[in-house]
Amino acid sequence: MHNASLKELSAALAQGKTSSVDLTKLFLERIQKTNGALNAFITVGAEKSLAQARAADARIARGDAKPLTGIPVAHKDIFVAKDWLTTCGSKILSNFVGPYDAHVIERFNAAGAVLLGKTNMDEFAMGSSSENSFYGPVKNPWDRTCVPGGSSGGSAAAIAARMAPAATGTDTGGSIRQPAALSGVSGLKPTYGLVSRYGMIAFASSLDQGGPIAKSAEDLALLLNVMAGFDARDSTSVERSAEDYTLDLDKPLSGLRVGVPKEHFGEGLSVDVGRAVEAALAQLEKLGARRVSITLPSSGLSVPAYYVIAPAEASSNLSRFDGVRYGYRASGYRDLADMYRKTRAEGFGAEVRRRILIGTYVLSHGYYDAYYLKAQKIRRLIAQDFVEAFRQCDLVIGPTSPTVAFRIGAKAADPVKMYLNDIYTTPANLAGLPAMSIPCGFGNENLPVGLHITGNYFAEARMLQVAHQYQKATDWHARRPAGIEP
Amino acid sequence: MPLSLEEVHRVAELARIGISDAEARAVQSQLNDIFELIGQMQRVNTEGIAPMSHGQDVKLRLREDVRTERDQREQFLSVAPEKEQGLYLVPKVIE
Repeated sequence: MHNASLKELSAALAQGKTSSVDLTKLFLERIQKTNGALNAFITVGAEKSLAQARAADARIARGDAKPLTGIPVAHKDIFVAKDWLTTCGSKILSNFVGPYDAHVIERFNAAGAVLLGKTNMDEFAMGSSSENSFYGPVKNPWDRTCVPGGSSGGSAAAIAARMAPAATGTDTGGSIRQPAALSGVSGLKPTYGLVSRYGMIAFASSLDQGGPIAKSAEDLALLLNVMAGFDARDSTSVERSAEDYTLDLDKPLSGLRVGVPKEHFGEGLSVDVGRAVEAALAQLEKLGARRVSITLPSSGLSVPAYYVIAPAEASSNLSRFDGVRYGYRASGYRDLADMYRKTRAEGFGAEVRRRILIGTYVLSHGYYDAYYLKAQKIRRLIAQDFVEAFRQCDLVIGPTSPTVAFRIGAKAADPVKMYLNDIYTTPANLAGLPAMSIPCGFGNENLPVGLHITGNYFAEARMLQVAHQYQKATDWHARRPAGIEP
Repeated sequence: MPLSLEEVHRVAELARIGISDAEARAVQSQLNDIFELIGQMQRVNTEGIAPMSHGQDVKLRLREDVRTERDQREQFLSVAPEKEQGLYLVPKVIE
C-alpha cells in the first residue's frame, strides 16, 4: 500500500479496500520506524491526523469524496497550519503554533486530505542540503551519510522512504527540484503566482513558489490540481481559470521539441550525471520528441544574481522576527535594541544570519545600484534568454543538479561551493517559469540523478505530460532505496 | 571589493544581529568569498536593460477599500513571548 500511486490509493478508498484511518496509521507507523534514522519530520500529531482521517472516511461514506479525500499529505514546515507547531526549521519559531491555515493547507483541507506531519527543512528554506535545520540534518534514504538536498529535504526524503504518499515543498532557487533529484523522487515548481504564498513563511517573495513532491508525475498532477488557484490574500496570485493537470497526461510526445541548452552540459557537470541525462534525452527522442540545440547565454550569471536578490528580499522579510509578536525572545537584555540583537543572534542559525548580512549590505546606502539594481537587470537578461529559447522549443531539458547527493558536512564550511549547487535551478525562479525534476537513473555510488524540465509560463500540463510519458517508458521513479522499511 | 571588519560590524548593527569580534572575523572571509562570486555580475554590460523586479512583471491588483480581516486579536496574542492586558510587552523605550 505504501508504494501505491495516489490514483490507486484513491480507488482503494472508494472501493472500501482501505480506510483513511488505516492509511494514516500505516504511514504514521512508517514514520515512527524510520524517522529516527532520517530525521525527515519535525512534527507529527497522530491525534489531529486521525481526526481528519475519520472525517475523511465519513465523507467517503457519504459519497462526497474528491480525488485526494482521505490521503495523508506531509507538509514542509514552512506552511503555517492552525494548531500545528510551525518552525520553518528555525529556533526563532521553535514555539510558534500556527494561529491560522496557509492557503495551501486550506486547499488540502477542503479536498479532504489528511495532514500527516510537518517536514524538516533548511532554516527559512535557505540551503541546498537540509543541513541548516535547528532540528538537525535530514539524511538521504539512499545513503544516510549523504544529504537529501534542500531546502525541502524532509519532504523529498519522506517520499523516497515511503513515509508519506505525497508531500509539499517550496522552491526559491531550486528547493523542490534539487532535493527531488538528490532523493530520487519527482517535484514540481509551478509558474510564479500559480500557488498562493499566503501562510507560506516568506524567504524571497519575488521568487518563492510552493509545489508538490511525490513519487510520479501523475501524482504531482493530482496534487497540483489541489494546490493551484487564485487567492486574493497573495498580491501576486494569478487570476486564471482552474486547469485539470491530469487531462493531457496520456497524450503521446510526437512533435515535441526538446531544447537542450549547451550551457548546462559544460564545465562543472559531473560525468555520471551527464551520462544519465543524455540517456533520458535519447529515451525522449525514442518516444517521438525532437532534440533542438539551444543557448541560454546569461544563465551562468543566475547564481550571482540570485545570491543578491534572494538575500536582499530575505533581509527585509526576516526583519519581522524580533522577539516581540511571536517566536523566541532572548533573555537578559538591557533595552529594546539589545533585545533585538540578542534575539536575532540566538534565534537565527549561521546561514540565515549570513544571508541577512549579505542582503542588508547590498541594500545599504551607496551599494544599491552596484548590486541589487545590477542583479535585477541580469534577471531580465536571464528571462529574455528563455523567451528566445521558447521560440525554438517547447521545453528546456537538462540536469537538475551538477552532481549526485554529497556527503553530510562536505560543503558546510564553504557557502560558495554550496551555492553553486543551484546553477541549473535558479534561472527558472528568476524568470518565474515552471520547472520540475524527475528521476532519470543513477550516478556515482548508485545515487539518483534528476532530469530538469523547464516549461514556458503556465505550461505545467505539458511538462507533466512529458514526464508521465517518460515514466511510462522507464522505471527509475519506481526504484526504492534499499535498507528502508520494505 | 573586500569588506572590512568595521563594515561587517556596521551591517550587523543595521540588521540588528548581535555579533562578537571572533564571529565577525569568521563571517568576514565567508562574505568576501560570496561577494567575489556576486562580483561576476560586473563582467556583463547591462546598459539600457530595464530592471526586472518580479517573475513575469506582474501588475499589483487593487481592491475595494473595505474591511477584509476579522478580529483575531486573542489568537495572535496567544503566540506572543510577553503580553499584558491585550498588549505586546517590550522593554521600556521612553524614560
